[in-house]
Amino acid sequence: MTSAPVATRDLSIPSPGDITRPALAGEKETMVLNMGPHHPSTHGVLRLVVELDGETVVNVAPDVGFLHTGIEKSMESKTYQKSLVMTDRTDYLAPLSNNLCYVLAVEKLLNCEIPPRATAARVLLVELQRISSHLVWLGTHALDLAAMSVFLYGFREREQILDIFELVSGARMMTSYFRVGGLAYDLPAEFPATVQAFLDIIDGRIDEYEDLLTHNPLWLERTKGIGILDAEAAVAFGVTGPGLRAAGISWDLRKDMPYCDYDSYDFAVPIAQNGDTYDRYLVRMAEMRQSARICRQALQRLHDLGPGPYVTTDRKIAPPPKSEITHSMESLIHHFKLWTEGFKPPRGDAFVAIESPRGELATYIVSDGSPKPYRVHMRTPSFVNLQALPYMARGYLVADLVALTASMDPVLGEVDR
Amino acid sequence: MLGEIFKGLRTTLRYLFRQPVTVEYPEIKRPVRERFRGRHELKRFGNGMERCIGCSLCAAACPSDAILVVPAENNLQQPNSPGERYAARYEINMLRCIFCGYCEDACPTNAIVLEHQYELAFYDRKSSIYTKEMLLVPAEQGHGDIPPVLQQLDRRPSPPAQIDL
Repeated sequence: MTSAPVATRDLSIPSPGDITRPALAGEKETMVLNMGPHHPSTHGVLRLVVELDGETVVNVAPDVGFLHTGIEKSMESKTYQKSLVMTDRTDYLAPLSNNLCYVLAVEKLLNCEIPPRATAARVLLVELQRISSHLVWLGTHALDLAAMSVFLYGFREREQILDIFELVSGARMMTSYFRVGGLAYDLPAEFPATVQAFLDIIDGRIDEYEDLLTHNPLWLERTKGIGILDAEAAVAFGVTGPGLRAAGISWDLRKDMPYCDYDSYDFAVPIAQNGDTYDRYLVRMAEMRQSARICRQALQRLHDLGPGPYVTTDRKIAPPPKSEITHSMESLIHHFKLWTEGFKPPRGDAFVAIESPRGELATYIVSDGSPKPYRVHMRTPSFVNLQALPYMARGYLVADLVALTASMDPVLGEVDR
Repeated sequence: MLGEIFKGLRTTLRYLFRQPVTVEYPEIKRPVRERFRGRHELKRFGNGMERCIGCSLCAAACPSDAILVVPAENNLQQPNSPGERYAARYEINMLRCIFCGYCEDACPTNAIVLEHQYELAFYDRKSSIYTKEMLLVPAEQGHGDIPPVLQQLDRRPSPPAQIDL
């Protein structure tokens, strides 16, 4: 262990100004170090203002907002259908999870029925997305701690998942595949075989990453006992996702507030006890295996369901198939109406929370009865999880700050949105 | 302790004797999937007529306002499209386009299609605007029959409400 964990109960979240102010008379002189916004190990444009006493971190102030794109505000001037493409761009490592959260909220507003085939496909793709997102976390986390091979191996498997996304939606990353009422297009014929080919290899590949890291003494030295986030503090900060589960609290919305029929899938919620960087690593590795398990069940379910509708047949929500519009005037009207004006959900609001790879992702939509949302708010896990960073980092070395930031897996597009 | 390091080294050593999964990009190009959303193309019918009827639904569906359509009335002697109108100007700003495919989904005549070309670099902002001439496929590359609903040109004198659909 590189440094002795200091038992601080300081839950305060400093702002950059608290750290950069000159030392008062009688205060100890400390050094202020700017980490980021252009620093590879902050995983995006995150600026960390670090107060140092020698090599030891005295205080950290996360400074966010460098990637602010005004997505929530822009949604207010776009129809519900058009706003969907912006959700891809919040958490750009898990666009399908964002798509899902948004369409579930809109569907709740509209109170519309989703065909079972679409729901099973959504579960399958979102779990693949979880694996791909965790692979990016694993690769970059290991790369930050100088384990290069894991990064290359992880991205190789991620590429296979992105290829599946390209197969179904036409885009590797900005998929926009889930639409209000179901899916954008039906799953292609080669989809089951492609997914099966990936699911056949993934467990062996996770074993390989574990061979490289799990018992590696260098890895243990850099991660064990580093950046401890205990259960009490995790709850106080509102941390969700692997960070919370590594602290010993079994809280996973897929189990605790099931959506998309997750209660009918057989899977476990991995937890750990210590809440350090190593435990967060273990939890995410176990989660990838569980996700692969859910994928197998969802694939079987798609097979059992057979071909069927992939989008709701309610023509007031989803446009009709294009083959209909050349010979049905009514379909043509619906098609034009939906693509120009869009659908009008009733007045009211809807709140939907799902378990994204990073934690609890929620969308809150207020509708005033017009075709455009009155207000969209996204509760993004990265933003909330980042609050715990000063608490976790105090008392450790600068090098540990890199490790524990990576283990929280922030995505800055989601922090600033 | 050393054993664990050797276990990892054995994994990396195994890969030393395997074929690489990467390709040398500019020389070798990875094939894209059928549904890949790349550069747009404006399609034609089998007889060479433009599929685009200038309805501007693509421009309305575009979330990033990247499309400009200026429709014009067809010349009855030499029509450009089988409908009453055609797109006199059709421009896509590739700096704004996010390749979501909504234009393709919205197009009632399957005129605009996102094809597989993905190398879209340019030197200045002006050349990011793709004009109709750049997007339209050559006349011999048309395909498909004109649906009856569009064959209205010879029946123009009758009021639209009486057109038999």
